[in-house]
Amino acid sequence: MKVELEADKCVASGQCVVAAMDVFDQDDDGIAVLLTEEVGDDRLDDVKEAIAVCPAAAIRLARP
Amino acid sequence: MRRIVVVGASAAGLAAAETLRREGHDGTITLIGDEPEPPYDRPPLSKQILAAEWQPDRLALRVPADLAALDLDLRLGVAATGLDLVARTVRLADGCEVPYDGLVIATGVRPRRLPGEGAHVLRTLDDALMLREQLKPGLRLVVVGAGFLGAEAAAVARRLGAQVTLLEPAAVPLAHAVGVEVGQMLARAHVDQGVELRCGVTVTEVTEDGVRLADGEVVEADEVLVAIGSLPNTEWLGGSGLAVGDGVVCDAYCEAAENVYAAGDVARWYNPLFGASMRIEHRTNAAEQGMAAARNLLAAPEARKPFAPVPYFWSDQYDMKVQAYGFLRGHDEVAVVEGDVAERRFVAVYRTGGRVGGALAVGMPPKAIRGWRQAVVTGAAWHETVRTDIPVVEA
Ligand SMILES: Cc1cc2nc3c(=O)[nH]c(=O)nc-3n(C[C@H](O)[C@H](O)[C@H](O)COP(=O)(O)OP(=O)(O)OC[C@H]3O[C@@H](n4cnc5c(N)ncnc54)[C@H](O)[C@@H]3O)c2cc1C
Ligand code: SF4
Repeated sequence: MKVELEADKCVASGQCVVAAMDVFDQDDDGIAVLLTEEVGDDRLDDVKEAIAVCPAAAIRLARP
Repeated sequence: MRRIVVVGASAAGLAAAETLRREGHDGTITLIGDEPEPPYDRPPLSKQILAAEWQPDRLALRVPADLAALDLDLRLGVAATGLDLVARTVRLADGCEVPYDGLVIATGVRPRRLPGEGAHVLRTLDDALMLREQLKPGLRLVVVGAGFLGAEAAAVARRLGAQVTLLEPAAVPLAHAVGVEVGQMLARAHVDQGVELRCGVTVTEVTEDGVRLADGEVVEADEVLVAIGSLPNTEWLGGSGLAVGDGVVCDAYCEAAENVYAAGDVARWYNPLFGASMRIEHRTNAAEQGMAAARNLLAAPEARKPFAPVPYFWSDQYDMKVQAYGFLRGHDEVAVVEGDVAERRFVAVYRTGGRVGGALAVGMPPKAIRGWRQAVVTGAAWHETVRTDIPVVEA
């Protein structure tokens, strides 16, 4: 599934990195960046966790 | 457990509802909220919404399709007015009685007010839109309370050209929360931007032309914003038998009574990581606690997990991003371990008893703080961890 990030909503909390380090990183200002846009089913749980803990509702899974 | 009721349709309540579905609950979820809007986010209210950078539609916590996918019995614009723990029902303002097998209380807090009429508060979308309407160059705005909320609003108002007076009862704003040095730095940032900051003044009431101070002086204003803290929304639980005392009193599992949990700003729970009962008004905590409460509600008794988070908080003021991990209140000592407070680029760590209780950073890259979060998680001993000459290595 495709992960979408609205970077201008991001508040640099880093919660997504804690939830899924292989999918999210932060730039020097703390703003989240996607390491990959496409995640396999095995990574879905962690990405959903990241979506749930993101305080800015900045992450979504694209609907197929 | 077939019927779950969640009262409070904001960050904590939504997180609970989503988690129930993710954990496989396929019974009903009734989500009750007294605001008419679908769940929306509050931190941007004192930032992007007040600054008119965002339109309200950006606040929605979920797009309609994601909300619909949760298959909720969503009751918006109706308040819960009572709880019967024996009959296991929640009473609503429209006369409905909603039965439950499991209940999550997530009713948040509301602003404290001052005697007198006409002052703004800042908690809901309506509050923010009403204040934003008034903010224009030359407006004389008095902000009562220089906590994070008041400070953020003051910063936005100043940027929009208002004349801002910030009144604060303490000698140094936020000193009890972040320490004197950091509090002074934040205060200076406002003064540098032209905010008139008056500390050590007590406001007794809102008057027609401003606010009155304890010594009788009237500080004149066109608009007044009162930002002096908040009160948990627990009145609807009166007479239910639930323990309430500055929040719904919960154990380490966020449980308040059998199959009744609380989460978010309204919950006072025992955080085993700090060995203390706490109630936290942070956005990330609302989501995390909503998730934890939902998981524990569904779990078998032996599979439940204590909720032991490291609290996280951020605040945006002017060009400063403040980030804090841990529990800073009641700290015994503060040490600046990196950067320089005067330059507004630093990491400060907080000692509580013998351990690292928290850390606060301004203007630092995330890696500089993550290691300190880890130190709080492990309850690292202060004297072994904090040496101002040696940067802590990331865990
Ligand atoms: C302006 C502002 C700026 C903020 N900025 C930050 C920030 O920068 N960083 C940060 O970490 N935190 C910030 N916060 C705090 C953060 O927004 C809160 O911690 C979070 O919203 C708490 O979520 P909650 O779901 O527990 O409570 P709430 O968001 O208060 O939601 C509770 C909901 O329940 C409803 N309700 C109350 N009583 C009843 C009832 N009887 N029946 C039905 N519904 C009821 C309320 O109307 C409300 O919609 C800010 C808060 C505000 C107000
Ligand atoms: S969790 Fe959300 S707000 Fe925090 S860094 Fe990630 S995307 Fe940004």
